[in-house]
Amino acid sequence: MNGLKKALGIFWIILGPASIIFMFMQAIEKVGLAEEGVHKTNTALQWGIILFIFIPISAGLVVFGYYALKGEYDKLPED
Amino acid sequence: MNPEPQKNSIFKVIGASSLGTLIEWYDFYIFGSLATIIGSQLFPADAGASALINTLAIFAAGFIVRPFGALVFGRLGDLIGRKHTFLLTLVLMGGSTFLIGLIPSYSSIGYAAPILVLILRLIQGLALGGEYGGAATYVAEHAPANKRGFFTSWIQTTATGGLFLSLGIIVLTKNLLGAEDFAAWGWRVPFLLSILLVGVSIYIRMKMHESPMFTKLKTEGNISKNPLKESFSNKANFKMVLLALFGATMGQGVIWYTGQFYAQSFIENTCKVDFNDSRYILLWGIAFATPFFVIFGSWSDKVGRKWIMLTGMLLGIIFYRPIYQIFLDDTDVTRIEQKDIKEVSNPVVTRTLIENTSDSLISTTSQVSLLNGASFTKIQAHTKYADLSKPASISPDVFKDKKLSTPVFWKFVFLIFFQILLVTMVYGPIAAFLVELFPTKIRYTSMSLPYHVGNGVFGGLVPFIATLIASFSGSTPLSGLWYPIGIAALSFVIGAVYLSNKKPDHGEADH
Repeated sequence: MNGLKKALGIFWIILGPASIIFMFMQAIEKVGLAEEGVHKTNTALQWGIILFIFIPISAGLVVFGYYALKGEYDKLPED
Repeated sequence: MNPEPQKNSIFKVIGASSLGTLIEWYDFYIFGSLATIIGSQLFPADAGASALINTLAIFAAGFIVRPFGALVFGRLGDLIGRKHTFLLTLVLMGGSTFLIGLIPSYSSIGYAAPILVLILRLIQGLALGGEYGGAATYVAEHAPANKRGFFTSWIQTTATGGLFLSLGIIVLTKNLLGAEDFAAWGWRVPFLLSILLVGVSIYIRMKMHESPMFTKLKTEGNISKNPLKESFSNKANFKMVLLALFGATMGQGVIWYTGQFYAQSFIENTCKVDFNDSRYILLWGIAFATPFFVIFGSWSDKVGRKWIMLTGMLLGIIFYRPIYQIFLDDTDVTRIEQKDIKEVSNPVVTRTLIENTSDSLISTTSQVSLLNGASFTKIQAHTKYADLSKPASISPDVFKDKKLSTPVFWKFVFLIFFQILLVTMVYGPIAAFLVELFPTKIRYTSMSLPYHVGNGVFGGLVPFIATLIASFSGSTPLSGLWYPIGIAALSFVIGAVYLSNKKPDHGEADH
């Protein structure tokens, strides 16, 4: 099980930035498609808030993956 | 170790904490349930400006301010104590809800009205971020280690109870006052009523004592000097915060929102079921499923928290698409055969001039009743061009206000009940699970953040991301479900691989 925990750690490290890149691409596409004026501002604001909150979460996923890779989760305090 | 409290005193602790938390959820939900009326009364008529304010109210309150509130009040709770902190969140929440009910309309005070709504909504989000962690920690620190799941599960019923109460009071007020008075001024009643509920709850909470574990820490001079630093800079603790978020609360958040909010919205907006029917279905589903919060919470004391929570996620991953397919199939009126129709009302034809043109939109509306007791409204529309050489363009028929037959109504109640049952599996044991992951001196801070990021961000984004996925080419009405299914699957894998299934024992030492 510890081998799997470490191997999956690599996946989490990749998944963090991959999800942010995907969101950035979506944000650019959806803001571009929005009608000029308030609608565009509104779409940009929504995506701005989502990216603002998801960047630290994705960074957290990378750190989680790094900890997993380093074996930090091989033994939990309650085990 | 926690001394075994007397039965009476622990139930007072549970009652006082749960009542306050239930009222906080009630306050938070009535805004969401009445958003349309608030928009028409307090926001500018200009749809664009109104949408902008709405975005700030919904996105900022749910996604930024809630986790921020978790940090602010979590820190406070670990520094000055649980009791005073969650009293403060209750005052902030109740006060801002009451004040929303007093804001004059946009026609009276102009832009001051939406700005006040926005400020008060942000305070609500902040208070909600601080309340839950305090209540869960407070109850858990009074409970014996082998009954934490059971005792904290009462706190877990409050979010669903608050939703039930908010829907019930809104429906009751609307039925008592009538739709016209409710739209004009009656929508303020549920907001104003909050002050009474909060007053009672504050009175009860004032009489409670501080958590024994926090009092012990304080007496020994062991309370944290800097809870934020100790929670998030200390690797041993921070890794558990990340594990709690990705392996539990993230999946729990999407299961929670899908079962209680997305389901109702799907039945009402995608299946076009009548406004009242869609709410009654949810109310019945909640009423039948709510006791299971306590059942699963209590069971987790015997078999451990992990696999109960993960089974809830797994069942969601497996059954969401079949369940929503049934919702679609059973409300698809295009399948109805002529022999099933009991009566079709006389059609009402309306002609509307299309803005800035001489063309008109002709709609024909009729009520269709079926032999099985179901009914719906059918609208056929076509555009008649002023230029007579152009053929009229016919729009697809629209079916709405569908009233379900009794068997289908109860079938939907069962399917909602099943989804809320999954909510009770992931949500019932989670307070005890979070409390046990972190030490007493930084517990409030450490557990509040993953909970509110999981619920507020991952759960709160279910409608937005579901709509986003539905906008992709080739999407179907069920495509939006890939978001909760994907997040629940991710959380399931992380939880299954990395979490341990801790079973509390009678002699366990509290840390």
